Amino acid sequence: MSADRDVVAAPSLLSGWGRTAPSAGWLRTPSRRAEVVELLRSHQDRGVVARGLGRSYGDPAQNAGGTVLSTAALDQIIELDPRAGTVRVEPGVPLARLVPTLLESGWFVPVTPGTRHVSMGGALAADVHGKNHHRDGSIGRHVRSLTLALADGTVRDVGPDGSADDRALFWGTLGGMGLTGVVLEATVSVLPVTSSVMLVRNEPAADLDALIAGLVEAERHRYSVAWIDCTGPARRPFRGIVSMGDHADASDCAGAAGSRRSASWSAGGSGAHLGVPAHLPPGLLNRITAKAFNEAWYRAGTLTRGSGLEPASRFFYPLDGVADWNRLYGPDGLVQYQCVVPDEGTLRQVLEILWAAKAPVLLGVLKRLGAGNPGPLSFALAGWTLAVDLPAGAAGLMALLDRVDDVVAEAAGRVYLAKDSRMRPEHLAAFYPDLDRWHALRDRVDPDRLFQSDQSRRLGL
Amino acid sequence: MIDASGGPQTVALLGGTSEIGLAIVERLAGLDSAAQRVRAAGPVEVATVAFDAAATGTHDKMVDDLFSGGDLDVVVLAFGVLGDQAGMLADPDRAVELAEVNYVGGLSVGLRVAARLRAQGHGRLVVLSSVAADRARRSNFVYGSSKAGLDAFAQGLSDELWGTGVGVVLVRPGFVRTPMTAGLDEAPFATGPEQVAQAVERALRQRHQVVYVPSVLRLVMSGVRHLPRAAMRRLDL
Repeated sequence: MSADRDVVAAPSLLSGWGRTAPSAGWLRTPSRRAEVVELLRSHQDRGVVARGLGRSYGDPAQNAGGTVLSTAALDQIIELDPRAGTVRVEPGVPLARLVPTLLESGWFVPVTPGTRHVSMGGALAADVHGKNHHRDGSIGRHVRSLTLALADGTVRDVGPDGSADDRALFWGTLGGMGLTGVVLEATVSVLPVTSSVMLVRNEPAADLDALIAGLVEAERHRYSVAWIDCTGPARRPFRGIVSMGDHADASDCAGAAGSRRSASWSAGGSGAHLGVPAHLPPGLLNRITAKAFNEAWYRAGTLTRGSGLEPASRFFYPLDGVADWNRLYGPDGLVQYQCVVPDEGTLRQVLEILWAAKAPVLLGVLKRLGAGNPGPLSFALAGWTLAVDLPAGAAGLMALLDRVDDVVAEAAGRVYLAKDSRMRPEHLAAFYPDLDRWHALRDRVDPDRLFQSDQSRRLGL
Repeated sequence: MIDASGGPQTVALLGGTSEIGLAIVERLAGLDSAAQRVRAAGPVEVATVAFDAAATGTHDKMVDDLFSGGDLDVVVLAFGVLGDQAGMLADPDRAVELAEVNYVGGLSVGLRVAARLRAQGHGRLVVLSSVAADRARRSNFVYGSSKAGLDAFAQGLSDELWGTGVGVVLVRPGFVRTPMTAGLDEAPFATGPEQVAQAVERALRQRHQVVYVPSVLRLVMSGVRHLPRAAMRRLDL
């Protein structure tokens, strides 16, 4: 690199949102595309990986001893094309800026994960899904084209309708965890909306049967998800609250409410009302506090049942209200385990294992997913997805999750790479049957393995 | 790479005949759990390199060989000799030999391994010290002094490596029942290699920097460190 500000003296210690297994890499922050290409062309001993906002839970956006290419300075919303219904963005654009910008013009992102503090580049690399997966699929379905900087220093545009080669690179990149190239620009379809308010309904479900039935019923709505208590009492474990929503029409909001609420978006900021101290002792979140929290959450949910209008920010990003909530897990950090299984029987089996092991699940989320897409490493497939947050320092946790992995693999389900910080490499091929196809792509576009991350080394990706 | 619970994929044990060292490797490889045994996963691979702790001139090559297969997630410095105190008092050369293995060898290998781990940006160095490093005792102060040197080295190295992605786990066991201590009278709070291994696994998981085995020794040694000299002499520990 020629620019002086890019010369860094010491590596930076980086970790994911789970704050587990930090490693030191050389952080570079190119502000022009040419700098990205130059950086890829210069020889790198331990490779390069791009990093957005570091919101994947584990180690995919860190590269021990190698280069970590921050996309923070490639953060332009280039163009919103209302006629085509698309937006062109650079990879470092955070959803926290893109969503309010789109809303101002009457548009919404086609898919959003449960936090607005993700970059578009990261969202594409993980092929994120949201509460609307059952009808809209993951974000990959809405990508019209990608401009990629490749390992050989070339720049290539690929899309879902190109040549077979282009399509392989396109779908290999969506969900590819940054290992096929660096996204320089993406064109994504956006959704027209007439307000920034959501019409929301919350329904408590006293047990798993009710929860499952509730989620199936909730598929009528564009968005649906359920909070699930995995620490419940033996007589009715797995109670929960089904939450469903649709974009409200302007008429639903009766004027004032809608416009006032949209103002909260343009105010900017992180949207957080609460914070967590930087240093907390380990062990605050354990079986007892997890049970207490879940009990309180369920009771609160039964009190606030019913329908109403909610600002989109609260409906989509409830946890963003507490800044740095990951710190609650103390210095040991947290693991989020997210799997998808095709059938209800396997879901019950997975839940039973976690419940019987008395896993201290603070937060559990259950959702029905629709059909997957052609991405060989894309996570979503039709069935049930369960995500649970667990303290990483808990004794026996890895052995427990390995057991769950066995069950998930047996049922042809999979575990989400964006959340992964502990999967055994031997499970990877079972979870992702098209792994060979993806490796063949990587052999073509990155034969010397320029793109590397701690996760790619850990899993042999 | 190390996983979310500090579990490594590659472990190097320096001191391959150390019972404690072997127990640690077994534990980290998950060989103690039945689930792991029935897993269809590939077998644990073992490679060996020649190593003489006291021959510091060979350590460059030894460390090169050690890292020739790629990154190491955890390196365990488990070599050490106890020596026969009476014999060493009679023949100081034997005391020097002990110090060359326990302290000089640890320093020589520790610095070289630390440099490699630092370059790879991640890793853990597990250093086996001893409660004997906490307070000199009449009955084994030659051994204790060598461990005290190693212990101080490991503490400082831990601070030196802060923020580099590399961590040092300093282990201070009490009396451990191993071939090294066979035939000796057991001290109070005696423990076994498996307990040491368990403590190391936990320290990696919870990112502790100093662990006593058994853990009650932290409290005990805190008292012992403050005992008056005369009391130490009379106690004849």
